[in-house]
Amino acid sequence: MSAHAATGGAAATTTRPATPPALEVEGLAMHFGPVRAVDDVSFSIRPGQVLALVGESGSGKSTVGKCITRLVEPTAGTVRVAGTDITHLSRRQLRPHRGDVSIIFQDPAGSLDPRMLVGDVVGEPLRLRGERLSRRDREVRVREELGRVGLRAEVAHRYPHELSGGQRQRVSIARALISRPSLLVADEPTSALDVSVQAAVLNLLADLQRDMAFACLFITHDLSAVEYLADDVAVMYLGQLVERGSRRRLFDRPAHPYTQALLSAAPVADPVAQRERRPVLLGDDLPSAIDPPSGCRFRTRCPAATELCVQVPPNVDLGDGSAACHYVRPDGSGPDVRRGPDTGRGADGTNDDTLRSATA
Amino acid sequence: MTVHAEPVDAPLASPSGGPEPVLSVRGLSVAFTTETGRVSAVDGVDLTLGAGEIVGVVGESGCGKSVTSMSLAGLLPGTAAVTGSVVLHAREGDTELAGAREPVLRRVRGRDIAYIFQEPMTSLNPVITIGQQITEVLKAHERVSRGQARARAIELLRLVGIPSPEKRVDDYPHQLSGGMRQRVMIAMAVACDPKVLVADEPTTALDVTVQAGILQVLRDLRDRLGTSILFITHDLGVIADVADRVVVMYAGRVVEAGPVGEIFAHPRHRYTAGLMAASPLPGRHAGTDRLDEIPGLVPVLSEQPDACTFADRCGAADELCRSRRPPLEPPRPDRADHVAACWHPAPTDGPAGSDPGTPLEEAR
Amino acid sequence: MTAVIETPVVPVAAGPGRRTRVLRRLRRNPLAVASLVVLVIAVLAAVLAPWLAPYGPAETDFSNTLAPPGTPGHVLGTDDLGRDVLSRIMYGARASLLVGVLAVTVAMLVGVPLGLIGGYFRRADAVIGRLTDLMLAFPFLIMAVGLAAIRGASLGNAAIAIGVSQVPGVVRVVRSDTLRLKSLDFVAAAVVDGAGDTWVLARHVLPNATSAILVQATVAIPIAILGEAVLSFLGLGIQPPAPSLGTMLAAAQQFAAEAPWAAVMPGLAIMLLALAFNVFGDALRDALDPKGNR
Repeated sequence: MSAHAATGGAAATTTRPATPPALEVEGLAMHFGPVRAVDDVSFSIRPGQVLALVGESGSGKSTVGKCITRLVEPTAGTVRVAGTDITHLSRRQLRPHRGDVSIIFQDPAGSLDPRMLVGDVVGEPLRLRGERLSRRDREVRVREELGRVGLRAEVAHRYPHELSGGQRQRVSIARALISRPSLLVADEPTSALDVSVQAAVLNLLADLQRDMAFACLFITHDLSAVEYLADDVAVMYLGQLVERGSRRRLFDRPAHPYTQALLSAAPVADPVAQRERRPVLLGDDLPSAIDPPSGCRFRTRCPAATELCVQVPPNVDLGDGSAACHYVRPDGSGPDVRRGPDTGRGADGTNDDTLRSATA
Repeated sequence: MTVHAEPVDAPLASPSGGPEPVLSVRGLSVAFTTETGRVSAVDGVDLTLGAGEIVGVVGESGCGKSVTSMSLAGLLPGTAAVTGSVVLHAREGDTELAGAREPVLRRVRGRDIAYIFQEPMTSLNPVITIGQQITEVLKAHERVSRGQARARAIELLRLVGIPSPEKRVDDYPHQLSGGMRQRVMIAMAVACDPKVLVADEPTTALDVTVQAGILQVLRDLRDRLGTSILFITHDLGVIADVADRVVVMYAGRVVEAGPVGEIFAHPRHRYTAGLMAASPLPGRHAGTDRLDEIPGLVPVLSEQPDACTFADRCGAADELCRSRRPPLEPPRPDRADHVAACWHPAPTDGPAGSDPGTPLEEAR
Repeated sequence: MTAVIETPVVPVAAGPGRRTRVLRRLRRNPLAVASLVVLVIAVLAAVLAPWLAPYGPAETDFSNTLAPPGTPGHVLGTDDLGRDVLSRIMYGARASLLVGVLAVTVAMLVGVPLGLIGGYFRRADAVIGRLTDLMLAFPFLIMAVGLAAIRGASLGNAAIAIGVSQVPGVVRVVRSDTLRLKSLDFVAAAVVDGAGDTWVLARHVLPNATSAILVQATVAIPIAILGEAVLSFLGLGIQPPAPSLGTMLAAAQQFAAEAPWAAVMPGLAIMLLALAFNVFGDALRDALDPKGNR
């Protein structure tokens, strides 16, 4: 077990828990040729918990989702779903495990086959599982599932293009849950929806998750949705995990400078509060995943970076999660780039948004 | 992170006695003829943009905000029928833009009104350097030599915050990241120092850490050049950050307008209130509460009825709402700068962000 | 159990069904309507030739050879053996359409699977790519000559030769659609749910590629018709006295000066048939285009 500590020991346990984690990812790496989309990512999700995987474009979060659902085969590392190592299983070997993981996508327009009736879309997983269900039984299950996501039975006889974006996302959710997965991977499920519809879908996900107790990997860039839905949060930057922790700690006392920058950059819908903040400006020069900066990949944009950062940062165990930064200490203190680069190190790290802006 | 009850007065807020207007829109309506029939996209929009003001137009998809912005400089396709008045108060006097002829519009575009759009990837020509794209704009409207144009291009790149502009002026678009490209777009837009900049969802496609930088650039433009900006978005957070005044649109109509602090603190129209309640605010919905939803869907209208188009989704709607279109008026006579089109405006007591009156709950 | 009740499902801005939309667009396009009318007439005339044609295709009338159009009883005139030109055109069109359908069927049966496999499996794509290059490089006339030499000239061989020459076009279209479709989310969802490659190809890719295939078919048919005419003209396809537009053209060369109609009429028939298919194919492609801003 101690060998895992250096790579950010996912489940910080020394004894095997009674039930295995719904998902356990260790040292996951995914390279598409020269593009190092994911490098050395480790985390785990307990059964029935929601982990939000947060990052911006190029962070590799969607790729992690693809690795977990085995849409691609990881270059290195392991992925364990409900205790089973599925990392390098062949298609045939994966079959019996397919029902454990489901996925919903961002774009309601492309996630449903335009040529299929909604009822067939929702019922397809049942047919694929080889369950010996008669068509009548399948229809009953489909109707049940549609009702669960708040859609009327007659929707089963419509085509996807006859539905609104929010309704289509509900159909996706119904389809994903019909096989009772232990893990749901949600890849930006609300990003393409209007604000008012996002609320409905998030509410639905929260309700369902509570009722059916599935674990959920919620991939997103929207921090406000994270705060609403997640138990734990993991932050990615340029293919690597920079911080993990419970939702509460991450929002109250973010340790890693990138997390701090992310939180400070997301505008809040309150003009008074928003205008008192000054976001940390990181500059627009995004490094590429083909030739990422050596050592700490965030150092080219980090206001608190020094020469030390050319070396690979350690994964500091904070008790509640971890952070990959040279200057973060195990008690959670460290730089706070929202206050200023010099006062950063050694600051108490409270959630104080007094100002500092820095450009790369 | 509580929401304050006191409205924040933006420096130059009220249209009456406020900054002089640079753009006056009155009764703007746009209808499209599509293969499925007539679609009324915009109905009777009134809008005023003052000098040095940032006005945020917010609404969800289908509300007509993009169509409105495109119609200002005549950028809509031939299938669009535009009626109403759009007056640009420019250096040489007032120009009526609605229904104006191409030569008039062409002279105004770029020089007096400029646009930036959502997708910086496709807005820039991939085979010309960014310097050349900026000088192209300059040469189209002003008499400048090649050397002068280049110098001005470098100056503009510096203005929008691109580091080492003398080197980057010869870069091609693909060598720049999304945020940089958007800055170049902005540089091109303000090359001729237009009075009005229309920004149609300029940060929607950008990462949130990059967005902060772009919003800063826009604020700088307003401060340094006095450019007025019409900022169109669906993101309430961005509005809260950057706008002086807010215009809320729904199904082609303006449903509420006023200073940003006032609107957020005391939304009067039920839709605005619903929108605010549906947006997760840090600290407000952490973990346990439900987000407030707005049931139903945005209507697609072929004709604009004489009724409130939000009535079907509103918990407080009654016969009056369904039979007569509510006028855009101040619900509080002593605050003339805050108007709403609602027969039963939401009450103002209590901190905003909480349930704007129970009727929305009843709609569930 | 959650109790989120959705408001009644109303068809949103998406509007009427795809089929309705496509049909409406076709109806509004005058060229589409005109070409469709021509096609319907032509197909009916060809299919019902045995009942509709005024004369048999081999019915000679030596008292009336080389009669000009308008001669009572022979609207389009007669050829050197007194055979009615109109009747022969109708029977000839029948043969042309038959070849067209056969050729396109061959092209589809070979091309669609190749396109699906090439688009879906990267490794197979290299092989299939080379195969189609080979087919493209091989002129179909040479192939027809070869086939005629081996198996004798006939309608069937003409259809095969033409069909094979159309395969690369079908492969290209199907492959490109497959490439596009396989990266869409609903395919990924099916894979995550345990769908094998066959399932995905048969149930998700192929149904969504049908419009592209349909358009390709309407392009391939006129090429086949022209191809048949060429082959028969050269003696490599349908053999006389079997009626064929190509052989009519060939035969009419000899007396073209005295009886131009014997050559012009079949020529016009070939042209109209091919043109109608082409125009309708174009209109169909426009109507099927989801963007529809034409």
